[in-house]
Amino acid sequence: MTHLTVPKTYKLYLGGKFPRSESGRTYPVTDVQGRFLANAAQASRKDARDAVSAARKGFTAWSGATAYNRGQVIYRIAEMLEGRSAQFVELITTTTGAAARTATAEVQTAVERLVHYAGWTDKLAAVFGSANPVSAPYFSYSAPEPTGVVAVFAPTGAPLLGLVSVLAPVLAGGNAAVVVAAEPDACTAIALAEVLATSDVSGGVVNVLTGSAAELAPHLARHADVDALDLTGLDDELAAACQADSAETVKRVYRPAGVPDFAAAPGTARLRAFLEIKTVWHPTGAVSLAAGSSY
Amino acid sequence: MSTAVGTPSEPATGLPPAGADEAALRRFLEGLPAVDPVGLEQRAAGLATRSIKKDSKLAAIDLAIAMVDLTTLEGADSPGKIVNLCRKALTPDAGAPDTPRPAAVCVYPDRVAVAKETLGDSGVLVASVASAFPAGRSSLEVKIADTELAVAAGADEVDMVIDRGAFLAGRYGLVHDQIVAIKQAAGRARLKVILETGELATYDNVRRAAWLALLAGADFVKTSTGKVSPAATLPVTHVLLQAVRDWKLLTGEQRAVKPAGGIRTTKDAIRYLVAVHEVAGPEWLDPHWFRFGASSVLNDLIMQRQAQRAGHYWGADYVSLD
Repeated sequence: MTHLTVPKTYKLYLGGKFPRSESGRTYPVTDVQGRFLANAAQASRKDARDAVSAARKGFTAWSGATAYNRGQVIYRIAEMLEGRSAQFVELITTTTGAAARTATAEVQTAVERLVHYAGWTDKLAAVFGSANPVSAPYFSYSAPEPTGVVAVFAPTGAPLLGLVSVLAPVLAGGNAAVVVAAEPDACTAIALAEVLATSDVSGGVVNVLTGSAAELAPHLARHADVDALDLTGLDDELAAACQADSAETVKRVYRPAGVPDFAAAPGTARLRAFLEIKTVWHPTGAVSLAAGSSY
Repeated sequence: MSTAVGTPSEPATGLPPAGADEAALRRFLEGLPAVDPVGLEQRAAGLATRSIKKDSKLAAIDLAIAMVDLTTLEGADSPGKIVNLCRKALTPDAGAPDTPRPAAVCVYPDRVAVAKETLGDSGVLVASVASAFPAGRSSLEVKIADTELAVAAGADEVDMVIDRGAFLAGRYGLVHDQIVAIKQAAGRARLKVILETGELATYDNVRRAAWLALLAGADFVKTSTGKVSPAATLPVTHVLLQAVRDWKLLTGEQRAVKPAGGIRTTKDAIRYLVAVHEVAGPEWLDPHWFRFGASSVLNDLIMQRQAQRAGHYWGADYVSLD
């Protein structure tokens, strides 16, 4: 008996659910030869707004979780991705035309990247925080805190590794993300959303929009409830426009210089970009009035 | 069923005379046409899909802000918290001084004085819950004393609760007389009668309770205390709006409606305004005749107002925490 192929409809990932675009629009995703692969949802301005409100809700729980727990959850994403590597290898070879070996290497690096950032979560305070020496009877501590809701524009080129490399550091810092997938890589992005949905990441912590970054970027850059932007996936003109737009609401903006090499060791720039340093001064209390005290 | 399409649900008989006995009240209330719940909910849901955009939306937002009874009814209401709430009412959005002020601040009786003092003659009214709010489970003497306390402290409006236990037991006369007594105790303050529809079980009961309150002299019929879930819903508000509209048709006298509780977003508020316009009529689109009992909705209205004017979405970091 012949099997009739069931093509998949790729929907958005908002607040832990997979809705269609509010606008009802879709766009065709093609494979490397230009053949129809699937219909993906083309997100609208209102979908972006819904994603931001979902992320704001998700942020409360995610930033409130212990660093150790966040590490476990990110590690769980790696586990789930590992189990579904075959699907991702196929998606990467179909959409980019990469050889199976290259695609397998990309998936493996993506899994390793997640494990890498899973390890970071409970070390952020130790590495980026400090006990500051001050010349007054105070303890002064600096500790990193998550920035909030980060709108991430995923890069093209490496459908899975690029996406994981921009998303994982945002999550590791305790932020919630609104990811705008690269337009040709919608299938991989939504497949990753399915991994996230089954790996203890609570709804709203990551939201994935597919469609035109050029359409969505200005709205996200001007949205007052978005705290930071990662412009990695935008071209220079659009990125500059977003930087200008984001000034009104004083957002953190991360824009890498040049084209990042995602296969290389990631460094800490992306982690640090979405952390706020809070410094606390606390009286030491016991000030001795006896002779010999410095105060 | 006539109510399904919004035609007047005229009572089967004429109004009972003032001072009617319990039997006459029962004959009248139980003779009211039954509510068709399917039709009612369908109509409420149908009207809720209406899209209000651009200038109309801005006008609706400003009207909704002017209709808010900014409410805090918590055991933890300190004088400082009341002062904060009143300041919020006086300056809802410091960044946009043209933002209208809400209609009133709604507090417990012992907090009326501090609210009155803060609001002064700004035009923002002070409403006070009274009559053993929220349960209403006390003697009439206590309820009257509670009301007098609020009025003596300067409350412009009194929000009383009906005795739902007595209503559900069919003791319409008792409920009626209590409303009359509290109306008298409230004096010149406008009286809002809270039906607590979440406890009334059926739309028919809601309709009866609304008519009972109107007969007893309620200036407002109000859905809920906000302490019981479900609080205000669109279909229940439809029933109240039908009642005040029919009351006006019968007596020529206009009475007001206040849904309270569960209205959190601008979208919700605008849906209520559409219902007011379509069910009661445009003459009810005025803060004197329609109010929202709410607190968090004010921030959402302010954010939407800013979003409409700035052309981009707004965030909770830009409004006060209350």
